[in-house]
Amino acid sequence: MSPAEQRSADRVVRSLVLRCADWPLVAAGASPDEASVVIGGGRVVVASPAARAEGIEPGHRRREAQRRCPSVVVHHPDPDRDARLFSAIGGALEHITPRIELSVPGIAAFPTRGPSRYFGGDHALAIQVMNAVSGVMVGLGWPDSVGIGVADGRFVAEQVARSGGVTVLEPGASAAFLAPLPVGVLGRLELCDVLRRLGIGTLGAFAALPAADVVARFGADGLIAHRIAGGLDERPPHTAPPPPHLTVSIELDPPVERVDQAAFVAKGLAERLHSGLEAEGLACTRLCITAETDTGACNERLWRHEGALGVGAIIERVRWQLDGWLNGPTLLRPTSGVSRLTLIPDEVGPARGRQLGFWGGETAADERAMRALARVQGIVGVAAVTVPEVRGGRSPIEQIVRVPVATVELTASRSALSGNGRELLTAPWPGRVPTPTPALVLPEPLPALVCDQRGSVVAVSGRGALSAAPATLGEQNVAGGAGGATGAFPITAWAGPWLTDERWWDPVAHVRRARLQLLLADGRAVLVCCEHGQWSIEGWYD
Amino acid sequence: MFDTGGVTASPSPSFLHTGTDPATDSALDSRVDPRSTLRRLSELIRPVTFAREHTLPVLDPLVALLPDGGLTRGSLLQVCGVGATSLALSLMAAGSQDGSWAAVIGLPELGLVAAAEHGLVLDRLALIDAPPTRRGAELVAAVLDGVDLVLLDARMALSGVESRRIAARLRERGSVLIMVEPVCSMGPRPSLSRTSGPRISTTRAPAAGASTAGASMSQAAGGWSPDVVLTVAGSQWQGLGEGHGMLRRRRVRIDAIGRGRAARPRQLEVLLPAEQGSVDVSG
Repeated sequence: MSPAEQRSADRVVRSLVLRCADWPLVAAGASPDEASVVIGGGRVVVASPAARAEGIEPGHRRREAQRRCPSVVVHHPDPDRDARLFSAIGGALEHITPRIELSVPGIAAFPTRGPSRYFGGDHALAIQVMNAVSGVMVGLGWPDSVGIGVADGRFVAEQVARSGGVTVLEPGASAAFLAPLPVGVLGRLELCDVLRRLGIGTLGAFAALPAADVVARFGADGLIAHRIAGGLDERPPHTAPPPPHLTVSIELDPPVERVDQAAFVAKGLAERLHSGLEAEGLACTRLCITAETDTGACNERLWRHEGALGVGAIIERVRWQLDGWLNGPTLLRPTSGVSRLTLIPDEVGPARGRQLGFWGGETAADERAMRALARVQGIVGVAAVTVPEVRGGRSPIEQIVRVPVATVELTASRSALSGNGRELLTAPWPGRVPTPTPALVLPEPLPALVCDQRGSVVAVSGRGALSAAPATLGEQNVAGGAGGATGAFPITAWAGPWLTDERWWDPVAHVRRARLQLLLADGRAVLVCCEHGQWSIEGWYD
Repeated sequence: MFDTGGVTASPSPSFLHTGTDPATDSALDSRVDPRSTLRRLSELIRPVTFAREHTLPVLDPLVALLPDGGLTRGSLLQVCGVGATSLALSLMAAGSQDGSWAAVIGLPELGLVAAAEHGLVLDRLALIDAPPTRRGAELVAAVLDGVDLVLLDARMALSGVESRRIAARLRERGSVLIMVEPVCSMGPRPSLSRTSGPRISTTRAPAAGASTAGASMSQAAGGWSPDVVLTVAGSQWQGLGEGHGMLRRRRVRIDAIGRGRAARPRQLEVLLPAEQGSVDVSG
C-alpha cells in the first residue's frame, strides 16, 4: 500500500457514542433502586446496579442470581420494546445532528466533525447531548445511567462511554487508552479465549503483535480485531458511496397508518434490496430507512449491524422505526399516514456469501407457496393467513397457536417447530390429557351439561372425585336447563378427571379445570372440561 | 432390442415379464403373428410417465385404499363420516413429510396438535380463514396455484359453476384437494343412519358390498363431483372403561368409491388413530 493509501486507511472518524447501560431494564420499566435482571436463554443478560451490588453478574444462571438475591425481579427480553423506546432518544438528538446511527438498543453514535464545529468543541457538544438526553432519562426514572464518550473511532468512544458521565478523549490518545483494557471487551469469545491462553491479556499486548502474524494465525476476523485493539476503526472509511441504483423505495397509496401494514410492504422492499445487493456481491452493513408522509414530515434513521443486514433484520428495523414514530410521543407523531418508504444502503461491504445447505434451505416449492400465500393475503387480508407456532401448554388450544404469516420469515427454519418446539410439545406437562389429541378443537368451548343417572349435573370436588358417574351429555340452552328436545346423548364409557391447577399464585388468573374423556353411544368421543362447576365441550375426537 | 434400463412405464408392458429372451425371439419372428409384433412395438413406444410424478405418496396402511396407490395429482377427494378429519390429516401426512406444502381453508376447529401427531410437518402448513362470500373461488384457485395439498372446509358455499372451474384448475395445476365436513355439533349425525344418508348412483350394478358406501358420486353438495369419496364408518374406540383408562386407539372401516379407475369399491379396516397418533394397520 502506498503511504497515501496507508494514511487514508488509518484515518478514523471521530465519533460520539451515547451508551445507556442496562437499557433493557429501563425499557422494561424497572426502577434503578431495586435489584432486577433481564434473563434470556436461562442466563442473566443485564443486571441493574443494585443487583450488581448483590453480586449478580451477566452470565449467571437464573438460580445463581436468585441465590445471591432472593428478592430480585426478573424481566423477559423484548427487543421490540427496547428499540421502540430507544427511538425516543434518537428523536431527542435530532436537533443536534441528522446522522444518528443506532446499532443495538442502548447505544447511539454519530460522527462529530460537523456538530462539534457548530457547538464549539467536542466538550460543548457532549454537554449538549447530555442535556438533551437526560430529560428523557429522568422521565423514565433513570437519571444517571447515560455515559457519553467522544474519541477517534466508534469502538474507542464506546469504551470511553462505559465510565459514565461525559468523557472526551484527545485525538491520538486512543491507543494509550485501550492498552490496559482486557481482551474480553472485543466481544469475540473464541478469539479472546485463545488469546488469554496464549498469555495475551490486554488490548495493548494484542496490538503489539505484528499484523502479518495475526492474519496468519487468526484470519481476516483476527485482523479486524487487531485494528480495533490498536485504536483504528474496524474498516477503512469508504470514500465512494454505494451506487445509487441500489436504493429501493415504494409509494404507498393509500397511506398506511398501521405498523403491521407497513411491515408487510417493507418485506417486499427488503427482498428487492437484498437481491439487488446480492447480484453485485455486496452485503449491507449500514442502512438508512426513510419514511415520508403526504404532508412532508420525514423520519430518517441510520441502522448499523455488526454482521450483514438480512431481510428479516431489515423488516425488524423498519418496524421498530415506524413503531417509534407512529406510536411515539404525540408531538412528534405525523398527521397523516406513511406514503413513501425508502431503503438506502449507506455502507456496503463485500458479501461473504451464504452457505446454503445442500438439502435444506429454500426450494422451488417453498417459493411457490410463498407467492401463493402473498396473493391470498391480498384476498382475505393479512390477518387471515396464519401459520402454526408451538407454545406449549396443557389444553390443545394452548399448545399451538396461529400467528399471521406476515410476521414470520417462512424460509428461515423456524426453530420453534424443528428442535425446540418438538420438546415443547412432548415435554411432560402435568395434567395434560395424553395423546391422541382431539382432531377438532373448538376455538370457544361450547357450554354443555354432563348429568348423572338422576339428571343432576355432575360436580368435581377439589381432590378430583366426581359426585356421580356421568350418564348423559347434553347441550346447555340459554335458559340454563338440560337439553331435552335436542337430545341428551348417553355416555357409554368415560375416564378422568385430569386436573390442572394453573397460576395458583395469581388471584386473577387462577384457574382450576377438570377434564374428562367421554365416549357417546353413537361412537363419538369428546373431551369436556369443568371450570367453576360449568361444563363445556373442548374438542371432538373426530 | 430396446434397452429400457431402469425406467418402468406404468403399467409395465406384459412382454417384459415373460421368461423368453428378446434376442432369441428374432429367430421365431417369421412365424409370429404380425399383430403381436405390432402390439409389442406400441407398448415400447408408449410415452413413459414416472408413477412418482403423477401421484403424491400416502402412508403405507392407506395405499390399498386409493386406486393409484397414492393421491393422484389433480384429483378431488371427499371425506365424510365420524373420523373424517383424522383420515384427511393422515392422507396429507406422507405428502407433507415428502416436502409438499399443505394449506387448510376454513376449518377453524382443526386441531393443530392432532395434525402434528398424524405426521403433518407444521413448518409447511398454512391456515387460511374462510373467505368473504363471492371470493371463495378466487381464493381456492390462488391457493391451488402454490400448494400441493389443500384441505377445504365443505361448509364453504360455492356454486356449481365455481366448483367446476376449480376442478378444472385443479387438474391443470396438479394439486390435490380434499374436502372434509367436520363433525362438531351436538345434533344427530345424518350419515350414521343409513337411510337418511346421500344415495349412491352407479351406472352399472355393483357387488353387494357396495351398498354400504353411503356417498353419492354426482350429486354431492354444491355441485362438486369428487374423484374419490371416502366414508369412515364403524368407529370403535378402545381403552376407555367405566371411569378408568383413556382413549388409546380407534378401529374404523373406510369405504372408498370413486369415478373412473376408482369405480370399484374398496374397503379397509385400520386403526385411526393408532397408539402413536397416526394411522396403522388393524392388528
